Amino acid sequence: MTTTTTPQPNTRRPAVVSSARPSTSTVDRRIDDARTGVPALLVDHVTKRFTLGRGRPPVSAVDDVSLRLERGEIHGILGANGSGKSTLIRLICGLLTLDEGRVEIFGLDLERDEMAVKRLINRVSVDAAFFKKLSPLENLSFAARLYGLDAGTGKRDAMAILARLGIGEKRVGRPIEQMSRGMQQKVAIARALLTSPSLLLLDEPTTGLDPRSKLEVQGFIEELRTTHDATIVLTTHDLAEAERLCDRISILNDGRVVAASTPDGLKRLVAERHDQPATLEAAFMTWTGRSLDDDLEAEEDSDDED
Amino acid sequence: MTHELKASFAFVERNFFLTRRYWGWELAFLVYSVAGALSISLIGVEQGSPTLLLSLMIGAIFWNYLSVVFSWIAETIAVERWEGTLEYTFMAPVRRWTQLLGSCSYAIVYGLIHTAAILVVLVLFFPQLHLSQANPATAATFMALGSFSFVGIGMMAAILPLLYVERGAQMCFVLQSCLLLVSGVYYSVDILPPWMQALSHLSPATYVLDGVRQGLIEGTPVTALWGDIWPLLIMAVTFIPLGIWAFGRAERYAKRTGKLKRVG
Repeated sequence: MTTTTTPQPNTRRPAVVSSARPSTSTVDRRIDDARTGVPALLVDHVTKRFTLGRGRPPVSAVDDVSLRLERGEIHGILGANGSGKSTLIRLICGLLTLDEGRVEIFGLDLERDEMAVKRLINRVSVDAAFFKKLSPLENLSFAARLYGLDAGTGKRDAMAILARLGIGEKRVGRPIEQMSRGMQQKVAIARALLTSPSLLLLDEPTTGLDPRSKLEVQGFIEELRTTHDATIVLTTHDLAEAERLCDRISILNDGRVVAASTPDGLKRLVAERHDQPATLEAAFMTWTGRSLDDDLEAEEDSDDED
Repeated sequence: MTHELKASFAFVERNFFLTRRYWGWELAFLVYSVAGALSISLIGVEQGSPTLLLSLMIGAIFWNYLSVVFSWIAETIAVERWEGTLEYTFMAPVRRWTQLLGSCSYAIVYGLIHTAAILVVLVLFFPQLHLSQANPATAATFMALGSFSFVGIGMMAAILPLLYVERGAQMCFVLQSCLLLVSGVYYSVDILPPWMQALSHLSPATYVLDGVRQGLIEGTPVTALWGDIWPLLIMAVTFIPLGIWAFGRAERYAKRTGKLKRVG
């Protein structure tokens, strides 16, 4: 696969750019990529198994999953707890080795071109993992240096991104442990953006946030789509969030992709094929193998047996 | 290479930030170390033996240095696992030797400053010490060689928290305790049972302490201490590459089995 369109880490800064529509250059690049056929992310028949104890058979956390994301796309991954969403994100990050299959990021092989791939991706996980005694600025300075930014540029960019996320100068020097959960998550997003990733992996970034913080983070993700030229993988339990943000959605169940389409496509499919309401909730319940009715019936059966 | 060196400095700077934030604990740790060194050295005063006093002081000071270096390196993974940042550090586009180089550099600088503070207090506390015969070059040479060996052991010890989520840090502590026991820090290894004497030959601290004592107490030049130099050279040359290699293998294993994931 050609690597001629492999991007360098994004040089455009989301914190200081704001426009309602994708820039012409962004659109041009998407067209170029589509023309050359290099996806932003290619997950090709990936399988990951874990052995949970001696003598026990391995469990497939991710089972023959394939995805293809075009540049600039926001792709949602939905699934119940334990369905393999976070494992899939870790596989794409290179934090887990693949048992089968391959992952390519802008045409670069995840394992063979490890260092080049690492420069292109970053991740925000559900838990804002930081050195809690250090300040946002100190934590971000560390991340900036790891990704090759010099101290001055790193500090300037960090301040700009934090300011955009509503974290003012007064707060950037205080320990992160003194910040609210929502604020910490914003710093986590700032850390990821600081490295200008071409592929951003958001693993339940709004879980546990209050409604205001959640809306702010969602707004920022939307802004990334329009201004930053980043391709985003978003895992979430919030179906409204998925519907609002995602161009396409894959539903995972027991480690397998059981449905994949646009949000409207999934709603249409569940209505046409399963005679369910045309909602994302109905789609989720249908393809993750359980419905509210099933749960209620199971509960009633259990009561009868008692 | 420039990027790797810059990235390496990231670990130095971050560890400095951590030291600054935890200054209260750093001060408490320093006071404890000074008190410990003084207490042990006073045994020499009680016995009325200047040689014993100096021998115990050397043991206290150099063990402090080696253990501080060992702890910083060995805990470089344990701390990140505790804070939950391990996955982010491992995702960054830096090679593992870069991370270890940064952690080791900071550990050595921190250890030198920490040990110098203890040395100053001890010298002020025991003005009766006569170091006119001392050979500081010998002490410095052994300290430098010992640092390389301990860096290598520290790298290998850092694997433990990578592989064993909770028990790893405990294992490091036990390993450090065993090194203290068999290395003749406060006594000659000759008094140890034979099986422990055999183990003492595997500890670089044994050779460092023996060389430093001969240099500072008897003024022996480095050239006359080849018996202590060559084991340290071999350990330095083998332990560091072995540590980096083993760390790489452990990282691969952790990625295969999912042990990088935050727990707790």
